[in-house]
Amino acid sequence: LLFSLFREKKRRRVVELTEKMVVDGGNGSTCEWDGRWNHIKKFLERSGPFTHPDFEPSTESLQLMLETCKILVIGAGGLGCELLKDLALSGFRNLHVVDMDTIDISNLNRQFLFRSKDVGRPKADVAADFINSRIPGCRAVPHFKKIQDFDETFYRQFHIIVCGLDSIVARRWLNGVVLSLLVYEDGVLDPRSIIPVIDGGTEGFKGNARVILPGMTACIDCTLELYPPQINFPMCTIASMPRLPEHCVEFVRVLLWPKEKPFGDDVILDGDDPAHIQWVYQKSLERAAEFNITGVTYRLTQGEHTKHICCQQNTFAFLAAPLGPACATEVFKIATSAYTPLNNYMVFNDVDGLYTYTFEAERKENCSACSQIPLDLHFSSSSKLQEVLDYLTESASLQMKSPAVTATVEGKNKTLYLQSVASIEQRTRPNLSKTLKELGLTDGQELAVADVTTPQTMLFRLCFTS
Amino acid sequence: MAATKASKEQKYDRQLRLWGDHGQEALENAHICLINATATGTEILKNLVLPGIGAFTIVDGHTVTGEDVGNNFFLSNNSIGKNRAQAATELLQELNSDVSGNFVEESPDKLLDNDPEFFHRFTIVIGVQLPESTCLRLGSVLWNASVPFLVCKTYGLLGYMRLVVQEHTVIESHPDNALEDLRLDQPFAEFQNHVKSYDLDSMDKKDHSHTPWIIIVAKYLEKWFSEHNCRLPKNYKEKEAFRQFIREGILKNENGVPEDEENFEEAIKNVNTALNLTKIPSTVEDLFNSEQCNSITSQSPSFWVMLRAVKEFVHNEGNGSLPVRGTIPDMIADSQKFINLQNVYREKALQDAAAVSKHVECLLQSVGKPPESIAEKDIKLFCKNASFLRVVRCRSLAEEYSVDSVNKDEITSCMDNPDSEMVFYLMLRAVDRFYQQHSRYPGVYNYQVEEDISKLKLSVNSLLQEYSFNVNIKDDYIHEFCRYGAAEPHTVSAFLGGSAAQEAIKIISHQFVPFNNTFIYNAMSQTSATLQL
Repeated sequence: LLFSLFREKKRRRVVELTEKMVVDGGNGSTCEWDGRWNHIKKFLERSGPFTHPDFEPSTESLQLMLETCKILVIGAGGLGCELLKDLALSGFRNLHVVDMDTIDISNLNRQFLFRSKDVGRPKADVAADFINSRIPGCRAVPHFKKIQDFDETFYRQFHIIVCGLDSIVARRWLNGVVLSLLVYEDGVLDPRSIIPVIDGGTEGFKGNARVILPGMTACIDCTLELYPPQINFPMCTIASMPRLPEHCVEFVRVLLWPKEKPFGDDVILDGDDPAHIQWVYQKSLERAAEFNITGVTYRLTQGEHTKHICCQQNTFAFLAAPLGPACATEVFKIATSAYTPLNNYMVFNDVDGLYTYTFEAERKENCSACSQIPLDLHFSSSSKLQEVLDYLTESASLQMKSPAVTATVEGKNKTLYLQSVASIEQRTRPNLSKTLKELGLTDGQELAVADVTTPQTMLFRLCFTS
Repeated sequence: MAATKASKEQKYDRQLRLWGDHGQEALENAHICLINATATGTEILKNLVLPGIGAFTIVDGHTVTGEDVGNNFFLSNNSIGKNRAQAATELLQELNSDVSGNFVEESPDKLLDNDPEFFHRFTIVIGVQLPESTCLRLGSVLWNASVPFLVCKTYGLLGYMRLVVQEHTVIESHPDNALEDLRLDQPFAEFQNHVKSYDLDSMDKKDHSHTPWIIIVAKYLEKWFSEHNCRLPKNYKEKEAFRQFIREGILKNENGVPEDEENFEEAIKNVNTALNLTKIPSTVEDLFNSEQCNSITSQSPSFWVMLRAVKEFVHNEGNGSLPVRGTIPDMIADSQKFINLQNVYREKALQDAAAVSKHVECLLQSVGKPPESIAEKDIKLFCKNASFLRVVRCRSLAEEYSVDSVNKDEITSCMDNPDSEMVFYLMLRAVDRFYQQHSRYPGVYNYQVEEDISKLKLSVNSLLQEYSFNVNIKDDYIHEFCRYGAAEPHTVSAFLGGSAAQEAIKIISHQFVPFNNTFIYNAMSQTSATLQL
């Protein structure tokens, strides 16, 4: 059903191309050479016993891919660089790439589209430039932006979206966008509104690739429990605005130690040496005192070091190398119907040999993102608003970051609590210790919750327990 | 243009966290040979050049074709007609100026004819898209020279890797979920003394709540021992009773309500693992029983000398146990208590390592080698990883291919399962056979696809007959392999490129455990399998 979408487009496109050829005199493309696409053509022009039931061998499929297919690559880091290369060499020319970061020297050991002269420049720009110049005919368009800077009209133009993101929050946000693009007619999903999302992620020695058909298969939020709570420390937080004791430790480990070299020029921080950890701890305390942060402990200091040795995301850099291609293979399958796509989750583990396994992640009936039913919140009328907020942030299936809650009380829209604007936060803070009854909320009442993990406001229904 | 040391460390920061300076040093001293700069080959090299291997040499006699450029990131269309080794070296070299790139415009067969020792200089040889005869010839040369050989092939939507290494030792295997080495079931003297220094009953609340859980468990174990005839809690019932026993030790306030003592909660939570018996893993026992361990000569690699020394330790100072690892997990405690406890383990580990060192010295002396031959820090690292030592031994290609020693059982039992990837291994072997007979691969040109199906089927049957494999291969697979036309699609090449590079790094650094010995990736279903053939 999904692939009828492409067949339709294919028919329209063939007509366009034929018209174009009449005008151009036959050779519309600028940079082909003999045999260029031989490796791909075998999968497009030949029938085979394992192809997708919708597959039709055709000599026009290649043109369709080259000219029409529009793919969005989110992230131009380890995974993103791989994806761009893999897609371009698989016949996808209309690529857009979004990344809000600039290039850091520590990226150069695996993000192969960047060189030392590029440090400081936007990743998206440099990646697109490189790909376009290395692969003739490729038209990658860069966007040095956050994914949240775009609205649905941007995302709607793509046939397939591939993600190489390093944050769960960003994934969930994107998940929300593609779900919001779905069109239902009389309760039936219109397949033409589905934009498949291929999502890849690495975490230490493990990685995963998954295919999401929004509205049809498990979405990111359906399987939120598969993503353990992550702690990511952006460099700007470490360098200039720490909030947590962990940030203080990171500052000392990453910035202060190399600068002060407390134990000698070539001495590397040894997590098993108490004297080293003691130094980092003291400096971290000093740092914390500077910002009135409490909570830096010896234990935390050593823990931070160990965590970064063993378990940091993207540490096993090279997992991007098999993972990106696996994702790109899925893009190819979906775009061409050459084979049945992955259904729907593939896991990698590299510690002992190379081990993969594939399973079908199931949709959650009451998924907060894709189930379309307002979720029930069960609280007693004497529960405090803080308890509701705690549930929203701590529940494994919701994992919100800083939810803002509004409700219609006595006919008026009332903000119950909002953290992100200081003045409103101050004004609404007293509400946290008030009971739901005191706030004027009633049984069956709808609460609207906004959070960075979702592009649209989520609706919940308050159910008072006795 | 060499980068300064500091900027190299910044650049390699993420990977240094994985394999450390010594791992990086091993990489930078490595010289890798790639045979055939196809897409698969250049993708493998890309993932080795980026992390900074010392040098690479590409051996390739082919000329670049338009088809080659189409799937290869490291060939450009103005290199069409040039030698492929040279063209690829340029663009691979450009990735990392720390690496030195070389090329030899020659086919591997010619080199094997004229100068087989050419291959002896390499840390590892990676052969890509090799015909069977070349592969076997090269395999034999490298096996005799003890040079690791990694065979890789992308064929349609299949990826294939074969590791050929006689004996590969791994000290730092970095296991995923290692158990702690706390010795609570057989506490050493210094630990017992340290535990004695605590009197839980007379501590103030602050100290009580910040006592490390290891001390708590040790204290309660002592009490349990005295009431249970010196036996550890054995089954679920006893462990549950033990947990309850500890729970009763939580301080109560004046109303009899238990205080919030997280360290006690930690102790209770950790009872199960804390009571694990200290024992030598069977993998290590097997190593102790091996030939190399028991006959130490002046040729013995240091791995075996150290292993033998540890074995001696186990039978003497260790009283049947390996050297103490010396690390403890993080836990709720005040700094002082935690550091003190940590130091008890740390010092015991140093003591044990020193005892092992003495055994190493004796062994070295006995074979006429100076004691400095094995560095102190290497012995310490070895002791710390004593529970995690691994040795990987792969069968040679000759053994795999010989009718007498082929792993028939593995092949036929896998083929009983219709979903097994083994069928692709057999098809790849059949395709090799086809190539030997027809000097081409099946179905390369459209007009060949149909007629090659029956020819490939003959190759399949001849393969099955020669080895007496009593298995059935469905016609669908034969059709599919003709359809592939020996295509090397980029995404499959890149997948293999990433996987093979990782395994090569494991071989070069002697860290993490490589696969043994055949890996098959099926991009159609996104599944894979590791087979031992």
